[in-house]
Amino acid sequence: MGDEQDGVILRCEHVSKRFGGLLAVDDVSFTVERGQVFALIGPNGAGKTTLFNCITGLFPPTEGGILFEGLDIAGARPHQVARLGIARTFQNIRLFEYMTALDNVRVGQHARMHAKLWDSLFKLPRERREEREVTERAMELLRFVGLERNAHDYARNLAYGQQRRLEIARALATQPRLLLLDEPAAGFTPQEKVELMELVESILGRGITVFLIEHDMRLVMGISHRIAVLDHGEKIAEGSPEEVRRNERVIEAYLGRSA
Amino acid sequence: MSEVSERAVPGRGLRGRVQRIDWHDRNTLAYVVLFGLAIVFPGLVQFATGGNGTYLVSTAADAGVYVLLALGLNVVVGFAGLLDLGYAAFFAIGAYTYAMLASNRLAVTPLHHAVHIPFWLLLLVAVFVAALFGALLGAPTLRLRGDYLAIVTLGFGEIVPRVFRNLATWTGGVNGIPALDVPTLPAWITGPWAGTPLAVVRDFQFIDPTAFYVLMVALLVVIVVLINNLQRSRLGRAWMAIREDEVAAAAMGINTVTTKLLAFAIGASFSGFAGCFYGAKLSLVSPENFSFVVSVTILLMVVLGGMGNIPGVMMGALAIYVIDFYVLTNLPAWTSGAANALGLGFLNQQQGDWPGLGDETQRLIYLVFGLILVCTMLLRPQGLLPSRVRQQELAQASTQESLADVESA
Repeated sequence: MGDEQDGVILRCEHVSKRFGGLLAVDDVSFTVERGQVFALIGPNGAGKTTLFNCITGLFPPTEGGILFEGLDIAGARPHQVARLGIARTFQNIRLFEYMTALDNVRVGQHARMHAKLWDSLFKLPRERREEREVTERAMELLRFVGLERNAHDYARNLAYGQQRRLEIARALATQPRLLLLDEPAAGFTPQEKVELMELVESILGRGITVFLIEHDMRLVMGISHRIAVLDHGEKIAEGSPEEVRRNERVIEAYLGRSA
Repeated sequence: MSEVSERAVPGRGLRGRVQRIDWHDRNTLAYVVLFGLAIVFPGLVQFATGGNGTYLVSTAADAGVYVLLALGLNVVVGFAGLLDLGYAAFFAIGAYTYAMLASNRLAVTPLHHAVHIPFWLLLLVAVFVAALFGALLGAPTLRLRGDYLAIVTLGFGEIVPRVFRNLATWTGGVNGIPALDVPTLPAWITGPWAGTPLAVVRDFQFIDPTAFYVLMVALLVVIVVLINNLQRSRLGRAWMAIREDEVAAAAMGINTVTTKLLAFAIGASFSGFAGCFYGAKLSLVSPENFSFVVSVTILLMVVLGGMGNIPGVMMGALAIYVIDFYVLTNLPAWTSGAANALGLGFLNQQQGDWPGLGDETQRLIYLVFGLILVCTMLLRPQGLLPSRVRQQELAQASTQESLADVESA
């Protein structure tokens, strides 16, 4: 494939997803470069989240290929995708509400742990050591997103913005190389959006590629290296923020109404 | 913040761990009470009844079997959130495993050769056989959710005792399998709790119910430690995550199918273990011992005790057992006795449609049981000793309800 040499981490090739008579994603192709922020924008119902769901294995694409680091993952199950190194957050926050923030992040490390049933049953030294490491790493991630003071709070008792950040920490705990953020700034105050942009920068700094869906144009234009625009399931444009801003079809389909 | 640093202070090792025990925690208290009660119970009962309390100790050992069953079902229902209505099937499988492999039964089957494997080995065998059946049932059905899973397990719970009843060539059918081997140990310590001076007995045979009781308590202590470990492990967290949100759990790299299967198999293995013990103590198994009512009773114990909380479930199991097998069985005798004592002896006379107070109580026994359950659930919907999580969920639900009331008013 040569994706590795080209620095391509994710490649979608002619991906389509059909629900009965509805073509939610229609022959979409694009590539995400390693180490960049790639954004997917488009009006509501354009098929953005459907595309995320195809990539993360919630359901297989009807047609087309999805290559992660050169490996075809179309049709893989969600936990397999996660283990390969793709993590995600959800548009409508899906935390483990009745677990503590710390436990949420510890669950995130599940696939990177090695404790077997016997280790856990008898609390063998190896298991204790792993639990200690996992807890330390979880605390480090909570600090990273600014939630170290809330480690022992139930996820559901956190403020809205904190929940969004906890979801990111939980996703990072899976040790991904590609992080998919589904509308991470939805419902954020301008201040929180600035903080989020800083957080995305430091995630990039950890060598993790970020692929996000977002509605806030200023935020998207501010942090993305490359943007693809979806409308009615079709990709209508792709390019640098500057190119997308000037694209006629984009203005017509999307910016035309808001700008 | 303060919580984190407090937890980090005490050192490792036994001393550190003792220092770390939170004596104000209700669970710690419950463990202490349960364990203390278990220790003094035989002595107390023998003292109170003047040495005739052995049958009560025997009943307590049977109650222990149900505690074990409730602990196992709690793994499935409380931890992983899977509703299993056929749990008694695995209990039956464990009991029949012991019965077939530790009696003369197989001599009269087409095999023509009796098998006598020691009890201790069969405990492990029963665990694995039950776990295997748990996995066999789970593999095709765990893709189902909620109600559908409940229906399939319900069917399984009906099928298994029926198979044991109808496979008469092998299992003796309705008569069951009698005269099972008595477990033995090369050495055993006896003492005042069994009404004898402290001594070491050689080639000990488990006939005395007190010995079964002591064995049960020892097994329970080990098992409670093991489940506690499991709950606070990678697997325990994965179960909880699946219970909370299966999609998110899968996105964290948790293989939801195998993890749920593991919950099913581990729950089943407890049941198999309990079945083996039960068979050995009773020295008889019959298909009647594993009906749907048993599954429901165990589920009741889990729910009434406090789903997901280990000491709560144990207390629930004991409470239901005492009500079901002691209060309700003795209630007719108590009511007629009370009537006599109060000078209302005429109530005990049979007259026309009136069968006498004792018999009438006997007729109404399940109504009384139902009333007790309804009242308990109304007064304490979260269970006797709920887990923190469950408490929160119910608090949340009731706030939402009252909010809805406000809005609709």
